[in-house]
Amino acid sequence: MTAGRGNSMKLTVNGTEIEIDADPEMPLLWALRDLAGITGPKFGCGIAACGACTVHVDGVPTRSCSVPVGGVVGEITTIEGLADGDTLHVVQQAWVDERVPQCGYCQSGQIMSAVALLDGDPDPTDAQIDEAMAGNLCRCGTYPRIRAAIKRAAAEKAKMGA
Amino acid sequence: MSRLGKITRRTLLVGAAVVAGGVAFGYYQYRKPYPNPLDGETAENEATFNPWLKIASDNTITVIVPRAEMGQGVTTTLAALVAEELDIALDDIEVEHGPAAYAYYNEVMTEEGPFPFYDESFTANAMRGAMKVAAKFLGIQGTGGSTSTRDAFEKMRLAGATAREMLKAAAAGKFGADASILTTAGGSVTDPVSGQSATYGELALAAAGLPVPDVALRPRAEWKLLGRSQPRTDMRAKVTGAPVFGIDVALPDMLFGTVKMSPRLQARPKSADLSRAEAMPGVVKVVAIDTGYGHGFGVIAENTWAAFKAAEAIEVDWEDASYPADEAGIAARLNEALDRRDGGSLRDDGDVDTAFADAPAENVLSAEYRVPYLAHATMEPMNATAWLRDGKLDVWCGNQGPTLVRQFCAGAAGLEEEAVLVHTTMMGGGFGRRIELDAALYATHMAREAGGRPVKVTWTREEDTTHDVYRPAAAGRFRARLGADGLPVALDMNIATPSVLKSILGRTFPSISPMGPDRLLSEGAFDQPYSIANYRVTGTEAELTIPTGFWRSVGNSFNAFFHESFLDEVAHAGKVDPLDLRRKLMADYPVALAVVEKAAVMAGWGTPLPAGRARGMAFTISFGTWVAEVVQVAEVDGAIRIEKVFCAADLGTVLDPAIVKAQMMSGIVFGLSQAIGQEITFADGMVEQSNFHDYDALRINQCPEIEVELLENAPRMGGAGEPGTPPAAPALANAIFALTGKRIRALPLSKEVDFV
Ligand code: FES
Ligand code: FES
Repeated sequence: MTAGRGNSMKLTVNGTEIEIDADPEMPLLWALRDLAGITGPKFGCGIAACGACTVHVDGVPTRSCSVPVGGVVGEITTIEGLADGDTLHVVQQAWVDERVPQCGYCQSGQIMSAVALLDGDPDPTDAQIDEAMAGNLCRCGTYPRIRAAIKRAAAEKAKMGA
Repeated sequence: MSRLGKITRRTLLVGAAVVAGGVAFGYYQYRKPYPNPLDGETAENEATFNPWLKIASDNTITVIVPRAEMGQGVTTTLAALVAEELDIALDDIEVEHGPAAYAYYNEVMTEEGPFPFYDESFTANAMRGAMKVAAKFLGIQGTGGSTSTRDAFEKMRLAGATAREMLKAAAAGKFGADASILTTAGGSVTDPVSGQSATYGELALAAAGLPVPDVALRPRAEWKLLGRSQPRTDMRAKVTGAPVFGIDVALPDMLFGTVKMSPRLQARPKSADLSRAEAMPGVVKVVAIDTGYGHGFGVIAENTWAAFKAAEAIEVDWEDASYPADEAGIAARLNEALDRRDGGSLRDDGDVDTAFADAPAENVLSAEYRVPYLAHATMEPMNATAWLRDGKLDVWCGNQGPTLVRQFCAGAAGLEEEAVLVHTTMMGGGFGRRIELDAALYATHMAREAGGRPVKVTWTREEDTTHDVYRPAAAGRFRARLGADGLPVALDMNIATPSVLKSILGRTFPSISPMGPDRLLSEGAFDQPYSIANYRVTGTEAELTIPTGFWRSVGNSFNAFFHESFLDEVAHAGKVDPLDLRRKLMADYPVALAVVEKAAVMAGWGTPLPAGRARGMAFTISFGTWVAEVVQVAEVDGAIRIEKVFCAADLGTVLDPAIVKAQMMSGIVFGLSQAIGQEITFADGMVEQSNFHDYDALRINQCPEIEVELLENAPRMGGAGEPGTPPAAPALANAIFALTGKRIRALPLSKEVDFV
């Protein structure tokens, strides 16, 4: 049998419609990574405990490892969809300016969580940052710079808006 | 490459050997260089000057950084060593990891032997020299032991400097000028008299064939890049989700897979029923894996998720484990070793037995300490991709030892090493886990059954957590005799832990048996710069065959907790402030005392804190770096909040302050993670924890503010990756004691207090 596959389905990822053949039970993460070749969302735990796989579904940060692809309704944005050509998203740029990443493996998830945080709240307090980001584990301990980068991005956004 | 090219490389390596301090015996063979692995691999318009540098006629300058990037910034700092001498900006070069090759052996990784880092005696230095020679013969290209920068510091600057002089010599010929008046800048050689100029690219092909002159490396005062924080070369890729990790490898017609290895580590299957797994949708094949690392099964499938599902459906009856099946059994083995106490005492000053023989009971303090096994939990689970076809094998994986990967995978595939190409990707964390060969080895076994197609093998987090090579459990019995002034006149440390070295050699070099005393048993305790009249540290090997491995800072990760917690007990028992205690005991070691004083000033040690807050201090020298940390804690509704960490570190020479500070912070977070909550336990011979819900690490909401200051008093260069870790746990435990009066002698601390 053409195993592991069942349904042909359409997903909108980073503004482009793609068609994949997947078992609807397959987590969105593996559909993106193995079937669509979109590897920005990372595999860390598979149980919604680390945040490495975070994508946006209609702007809502979502652990793609724990959502069956068949149940996804809405537009998916991954880390690959943030930058505008060569111009980084303001959060990505803040990450570069604060030199946040070490190994970098958790960072696409961190950035996706931070983008969603700032979209919802342009000027989060320290406590709000901690709360929004607590689901994103970083084994390299980049947290102090993540906090700084979120504040930098918030300030940049405020400048751009003003 | 021409014959002259070969002479070039020899000269270069002899230069490096002399700088490293040549040793009398074996000298001739030692200096014989390994071949340049770039020879014959360069493009038509490209010249290689040495194993670290290629320059193409279109001015593409490629620096080979043969160490694995796992977040420590080697791709930046090591590239800067070459760029500094070559007078180019980091923006103007491409960085590549390069092939697996003996030319890239790490000569510092095995250097220390049974001597403290600060021991400058003739014997200690002769031993270090001998270990470098041994490293050359073994030829292990390794990333570990916080050694990458120390190892590269001379070699890669020489690579840049010699190439620069060769480019000048080629330009001199072209311009008809004397090479000594030529200048280099921005990737060009210029004659300031005639105004003629040529780019490195224009000169490269002619220059690479010229003989290598002796060069003097630039003094620190002339450095333009080194000593200053540089933009990291890997930042953009890492904020855009670029496919830089092993788990991101994509190849034409690729299959996917996973493994299910014996949960009783290294045990074999007694019987197995694969039928359910084999019948599952998307499954291509289920194959047996039988290696020195472990036994079990691999699932080859059309996608990773199908492989995961099928692995769950494999039904196996496993043999019993070779080690005690549960915590009580493991504790008994540790206690047995403590009772036996027949390991070596790498420190034995004065006469400890006599000092305790006549000690009045009220002057003697004794205590028992324990720490559990720990997993590495790298953020990127273990994975490797292997492709075996037409008599050759390609292996892609993040790894800390490419020459070992090549050797082992060649064996597994039944090929010569020459037929194996190792592609070292960036790593989503290493921490010592990725020096191991299991992931690559298993993938190679599976590739044999994949019909010539590449197979990417990804472990589940559960498989990763339950099949680690663990930081070993350890136990200690300590006693101190206090003098009338409250200071210790005798300190006696009896430490028991299984041998990491033996475990690693058993799986990688079974024919080599470890020689001499095993420093890993007691490092972090025997090698600390304190003067105590009667001072003994004994490390005894506990007989436990649970696979163990290098875990960020290795023996220091628990011995620092033992040593610095117990020393804090001594200070409090003697009514001496922990800072004053160190001022007295470290008086002979000004480099140590300077970092302690610095951290104390940063933290405001001795100044009053608001109620409900307290500080604790610890110091450890490890991997040549002297580190003092002060942790400040607060009580919040009966729980502990880690508010601040102040860290002063002395590495001797700091090449990139921002990278080094990030590394120290990272090490601190790693150490706090083990302190507050990590523990691997066994039941029925199997690891009980499986994923981040029961084996977690520090989260952002628990992360303190961290301040790091770097000093440069130390005479020798130290490492950056690991030394931040050891003092974190004891400094935290000592702060909790200062706050609550509760002395916690076992990790994780969460068994006794809650953290918020
Ligand atoms: S992989 Fe999805 S949260 Fe960890
Ligand atoms: S940067 Fe390595 S896990 Fe976060």
